[in-house]
Amino acid sequence: MQRIGVFVCWCGSNIAGTVDVHTVAEALKSEPGVVFSTDYQYMCSQAGQDIIKNAIKEHNLTGIVVCSCSPRMHEATFRKTAAAAGINPYMVEIANIREQCSWVHKDMQTGTEKAIILGKAAVAKVNLNTPLTPGESPVTKRALVIGGGIAGIQTALDIADAGFPVDIVETKPTIGGKMAQLDKTFPTLDCAACILTPKMVDVAQNENIRIFSYSEVQEIKGFVGNFDVTIKKRARFVKEEICTGCGACVEKCPMKKIPNEFNLGMDNRHAIYIPFAQAVPKVATIDPNACNMLKKGKCGICSKVCSAGAIDYTQKDEFISEKYGAIVVATGFNPISMEKFDEYAYSQSKDVITSLEFERLTNAAGPTAGKLLRPSDLKHPHTIVFVQCVGSRCAACAEKGKEYCSKICCMYTAKHAMLVRDKYPDTEVYVFYIDVRTPGKNFDEFYRRAVEEYGVKYVKGMVGKVTPEGDKLKVQASDLIANKQLHIDADLVVLAAAIEPDKSARPLATMLTASMDTNDFFTEAHPKLRPVESPTAGVFLSGACQGPKDIPETVSQASAAASKVIGLLVKDKLTGNPCVASPNELMCNGCSTCERVCPYGAITYEDKEFMMPDRSKAIRRVAQVNPAVCQGCGACTVACMSGAMDLRGFMGSQIIAEVDAICK
Amino acid sequence: MHNDNTRLTQEIIRASGVNPSKCMKCGKCSATCPAYDEMEYHPHQFVYMVESGDLEPLMNSKSLYKCLSCFACIDRCPRGVEPAKLVEAVRFAVIRQQGADHMTPDDVPAKLNEDIPQQAIVSAFRKYRK
Amino acid sequence: MQVNEYKPLIVAFCCNWCSYAGADLAGNNRLAYPADVKIIRVPCSCRVNPMFILRAFQRGADGVIICGCHPGDCHYTSGNYYTRRRMALLFSMLDYLGIERERTRLEWVSAAEGAKFAATMNDFVEKVTALGENKRLEDLRCKR
Repeated sequence: MQRIGVFVCWCGSNIAGTVDVHTVAEALKSEPGVVFSTDYQYMCSQAGQDIIKNAIKEHNLTGIVVCSCSPRMHEATFRKTAAAAGINPYMVEIANIREQCSWVHKDMQTGTEKAIILGKAAVAKVNLNTPLTPGESPVTKRALVIGGGIAGIQTALDIADAGFPVDIVETKPTIGGKMAQLDKTFPTLDCAACILTPKMVDVAQNENIRIFSYSEVQEIKGFVGNFDVTIKKRARFVKEEICTGCGACVEKCPMKKIPNEFNLGMDNRHAIYIPFAQAVPKVATIDPNACNMLKKGKCGICSKVCSAGAIDYTQKDEFISEKYGAIVVATGFNPISMEKFDEYAYSQSKDVITSLEFERLTNAAGPTAGKLLRPSDLKHPHTIVFVQCVGSRCAACAEKGKEYCSKICCMYTAKHAMLVRDKYPDTEVYVFYIDVRTPGKNFDEFYRRAVEEYGVKYVKGMVGKVTPEGDKLKVQASDLIANKQLHIDADLVVLAAAIEPDKSARPLATMLTASMDTNDFFTEAHPKLRPVESPTAGVFLSGACQGPKDIPETVSQASAAASKVIGLLVKDKLTGNPCVASPNELMCNGCSTCERVCPYGAITYEDKEFMMPDRSKAIRRVAQVNPAVCQGCGACTVACMSGAMDLRGFMGSQIIAEVDAICK
Repeated sequence: MHNDNTRLTQEIIRASGVNPSKCMKCGKCSATCPAYDEMEYHPHQFVYMVESGDLEPLMNSKSLYKCLSCFACIDRCPRGVEPAKLVEAVRFAVIRQQGADHMTPDDVPAKLNEDIPQQAIVSAFRKYRK
Repeated sequence: MQVNEYKPLIVAFCCNWCSYAGADLAGNNRLAYPADVKIIRVPCSCRVNPMFILRAFQRGADGVIICGCHPGDCHYTSGNYYTRRRMALLFSMLDYLGIERERTRLEWVSAAEGAKFAATMNDFVEKVTALGENKRLEDLRCKR
């Protein structure tokens, strides 16, 4: 039996004005388990807390009920008080007789009656309280960043700067991501490579950062502070440690008609290749699907010309196991496929391109060395039509487009249009838009400059169809302001394709038990207040994997994610919330229902040996809750059919006791 | 914008199964329409006029009969508004007003003509047979 | 004179993160609602076991209301979706057992909606009062 002390607070006149505190204290005295009851003007004051502490010692109290303001206000205070006096802080319950009683009721009698009932419910609950101790788990002081684009790079650099080792896993042979493919960046028009490549070099030179390029995450186990990750390092058939990146092998490779992914297939690369001059790591990679030596065992030129002896045709995929304390997802985005938008003739004409392809066309390191030439005949285009929202804001068919706004297209289209007019003033540039969305620092000014200073023709309306005819592209579009249908003979059509999360995100989310929305963007723990954390503890989000973002936003989110990771890694031990689910193994029937409803993946099943009633031993499959991962929502407790699962601090018996006390 | 023909508007919306408030005014229907230049009111205006209940000028306009029922606007509308269905519903409303000029299977052969797209007859039959 | 003095007994389950805070806000703003409502704090509306509701009716409660975060705002991501499904089933079963629909309610109240909390409670108490005492599920062994 508990020895419960009841402390009724007046809160000056806040409570005492509508609730007769003496009567409440008196009435609760006769409740089962209550051995002491008193009231005081301000329980939360030092003097009030001393009353509680003294009473605990004097009356050997095992449980405390404070009838006062909301537990959201002072529960922590009174728990500390109890702990200071030597009893478990979770033996304290609060009856909220201010916000939910004295402040909302006017009449002294009803107020007092309700306060007594609320007090009784709290007493009934404390009678069933058990001391709880938060679990502790160690923290592996190493972080994993999945994705080596600008988001991953920034996160890794920030974590490494704080002194923690970081590993970056990147599927491509080099880090850099989409930003490495861009030409200029809005709204300042500084060149992407000039600001990105120094950061890539920083990553390469940072002692705390390891790069696993041409690699992918194979398996993730464990929980916050203690992730066990297996990384698959794909064979690149070049010894990374030895290769100097001189490029002699690339020059001599006879297989030179392989579409170059980095330039989106607009030119060719060799079977052995370095994606671009500033690649990090600057190491060659052999494409096993193109290399004659790997396919047919004939050739071997690269290994002959390599003075460092770095070529190794026998290299195998390598699996690396490592422990991490935190994982940052930075898997980024891709433009959606334009194949299904027949009306724009993307598949029919080489001169209908996406905006990312346009970036490569204007990039000095791109297939045309920065000269704006159209892909079909390498002639300078004189009329260019930009189409916005291709596949964005498209609610009609999910297999074609995306319902959301891709956010970045308005700005990069303004940038493209402006750059074309700047370099080639003889070019006519049309931009067809539904709305121009430019919320951002200096964004709208930028767009207006494109119109007012550079003479880009913005037309409110959409392009209905593009028909290749001769060497022209017949563009049929609407001008909604003039209420006219326009027919433009264009040389080049640029589609601002919607962006979507990278395809690797979905399987990764499953491995991480991190949640995703219907568009496969990662969900944040709270859309406003915890925007860089995943609901799964220890998993953080950086960049466009969480939603469409431009570079400044991506970098801020990347740094925010890094600071959250650092905040986790500086801790030696993680103290959990003790109010977590716990199964009664004897009652558990191993049905897995709880495992399926758990939003955090905190529940696993284990085969355990049990003594049966006839003293024989049997192996049974029972639920196990990882207290470091469980957040204590209680979804599993209700889903459990055998009633084996309970939530500490909010046990079924405790809540029923409260119900009974209220309904008495 | 308040109009007295709220009931008629609702009837057109009901009969067509189109929700004109889904329209985000992008104009792709008008951009794609092959009969655009023949029309006084263009597909995007159709949608807006029904949405705002501005039916009278629409119902009196020849534009209604310039629509070829090619359904390009339905195919390409990013929001799934289906303007062509709305056009048909308005045509239907006009016919109803004039006094139940229905179409039966027997009427079809007489209307066959090389210059009329077959689709238009199929489309008309679908609407007017009831 | 005492004819209209019937006071219903209402049990309200409020999730800690949204609705309980909403109830606190109603208090902060002194938005009155009947004292017949007694709130039980749960971490999430999905912690509310249908057993608790049955128990309340058994013990003579006249109405039970469950309040949680708005869909999509759940502190635990998806808890209130479970609640919504469970309660849809439970309420229809209770209806079948003769506990009128008006005696059970599921309401989304955010931490910012103190006014909504008070209005909801006022409305709920009014509806339950109109129905009168609940005798359907009451267990005579534990009569008040």
